[in-house]
Amino acid sequence: MIEIKDLYKSYQMGKNVLPVLKGINFSVQKGEMVSIMGSSGSGKSTLLNIIGILDELDQGTYHLDGLEVKNLNEKIAAQYRNKFLGFIFQSFNLINYKTAIDNVSLPLYYQGVSRKEREERSLYYLEKVGLAKWAHHLPNELSGGQKQRVAIARALASDPKVLLADEPTGALDTKTSYEVMEILQKINNEGKTIIIVTHEPDIAQMTKRNVELRDGIMISDKRIEPVLAKDYV
Amino acid sequence: MFNIDRWQEIFDAIAKNKLRTFLTGVSVGSGIFILIILLGVANGFKKGTEKQFSRDAATLMHFWSGNTSKEYNGLNAGRSIKLTIDNYELIEKQYQEYIEYKSADYRRFGMTFNYKDKSGSYQFTGVMPDRQFLESADLVAGRFINQKDYDQKNKTIVIGTQVSETLFETHQQALGKRVQVNKIQFVVVGVFKDPNERENERVYLPHSTMLQLYHRERQGSSFLYTLHPEERYEDALAKSETFAAQVKAKLQKIHQVHPDDPTGIRYFNSVKNSKDLYQLIFGMKLFFWVVGILTLIAGIVGVGNIMLIIVKERTKEIGIRKALGAQPKAIVVMILHEAIFITSLSGVSGLFLGFLVLELIGKNLQTDFIYQPSVNFSIAISTVILLVIAGVIAGYFPAKYASKIKPIIALRDE
Repeated sequence: MIEIKDLYKSYQMGKNVLPVLKGINFSVQKGEMVSIMGSSGSGKSTLLNIIGILDELDQGTYHLDGLEVKNLNEKIAAQYRNKFLGFIFQSFNLINYKTAIDNVSLPLYYQGVSRKEREERSLYYLEKVGLAKWAHHLPNELSGGQKQRVAIARALASDPKVLLADEPTGALDTKTSYEVMEILQKINNEGKTIIIVTHEPDIAQMTKRNVELRDGIMISDKRIEPVLAKDYV
Repeated sequence: MFNIDRWQEIFDAIAKNKLRTFLTGVSVGSGIFILIILLGVANGFKKGTEKQFSRDAATLMHFWSGNTSKEYNGLNAGRSIKLTIDNYELIEKQYQEYIEYKSADYRRFGMTFNYKDKSGSYQFTGVMPDRQFLESADLVAGRFINQKDYDQKNKTIVIGTQVSETLFETHQQALGKRVQVNKIQFVVVGVFKDPNERENERVYLPHSTMLQLYHRERQGSSFLYTLHPEERYEDALAKSETFAAQVKAKLQKIHQVHPDDPTGIRYFNSVKNSKDLYQLIFGMKLFFWVVGILTLIAGIVGVGNIMLIIVKERTKEIGIRKALGAQPKAIVVMILHEAIFITSLSGVSGLFLGFLVLELIGKNLQTDFIYQPSVNFSIAISTVILLVIAGVIAGYFPAKYASKIKPIIALRDE
């Protein structure tokens, strides 16, 4: 599903060049649930952004579902993001003047799906995250955990191949974090590939594979038996 | 292309961002409103000045006859030349396309006017309906001699304010009253006031009535014309001089007057003296155009500025939309579509509000220098369209910029 070879990425900080990723080799198969760990500044978010085609790599190759992602113009990048990827952010990034169901509909709107079908599909995904009752509420009427569940429904709406989550539990308390993880585990069990960036070990323990970055280099990559989130909820 | 989904997105955004919509609308609407008021006042100022500075119409041409001073074709000098209505009709026919307003006067001096126990002696002038526009006189009551009076040879008169003050208590009271002139009764249909006090001692009656009552011949003692106005003084002067020379030559030929005779046929061309007026009006027009254009530029900058703020405010939202698969074009269209919709709507509202204010206040506003401010509707509409187009162009660049924002930068937490 994801094939990354010899990835280098650096940022220009004024006159200095700051290398962030220094030769990453990383691949993810379909159906995996991977956590990327590391302290801040280790390059984990940058790696996720490159995988999400939100950022560009300097050197190396990146294949997504067999297609090489390289020098894409904005239009193609937008198409790839829409078709292949679903995003979940730490700060939810819901559009605050749209109701839950309209937020979930947005990726479908950009796919040109008809309004009626958008509503049906959005409601289906909201039901999946247990928020069908809250479909017509605005984000500021929802709790943090509920907001993140709306964001998950939105990420799922376009039926992407890979779900990318950047610190999805970073803004949530432990209990709601586990609730969110339970949903992500459920989705993974249904066959969706998920990559989660986190710095919380207990969250990482709930995935099937742990990757650790330090100073732009991958220092460990091991498969584990995931802890089931629902046991804690 | 009409895309119902896109409209729904726009209305969604508008409905949920009332303050932003309101502020955008108010700034565009008030800009247009001010522009309309400004144009209206400029127009009123122009009209007011024209009124103030014109004793008689600025382009008035006056022809009259006298005794010849040169021998011609065996005819003696000192012959009295009398212009006739036939002459008048001939000129009218030949120079139709030049002439704006026209009248043939026939005057009798020192007629005695009686109403009850009051009386006065005034100039009695037979006129044609256009005479109203050849003078800068305003009607203070009633109406002027009209075509019907002329055609039916009615015994109707329009009197100057001085006449009215002598014979009646108020101008309004004069209307409909019967005034006796040498045993013949005339009905007062109007009272006029001329900026030139001397002219307020006149009484007008239909030329046709005058001829029927006092003269068998179809006589007219002087002809008055105004020509269609010109923008520039030089053009107006050249046109009026050509016209005057041709009419003079024609009348000389008809009455067998020597072409160089200085007294047989004479004319006065008031265009010559109106240079200052033309310059003043031109200067004023220029001034208001400059002010108008500057206002328009300010409006355009304002719209551009609002667009920039909107884009800035929506940066994060744009980032989210792009992460969810919105293409750059969709972002540009979204922002411009909303901008066009709001600017058009508020522009038109400002336009109508401006018109309403001009209509309500303008009609009653008559100071010395501002007279009935009003605005040409098509100019106003084009200004709004221009402003909306300019707003779109000014908004396009921020929108384009927004569409290029990298989602990763837009989504970065503050």
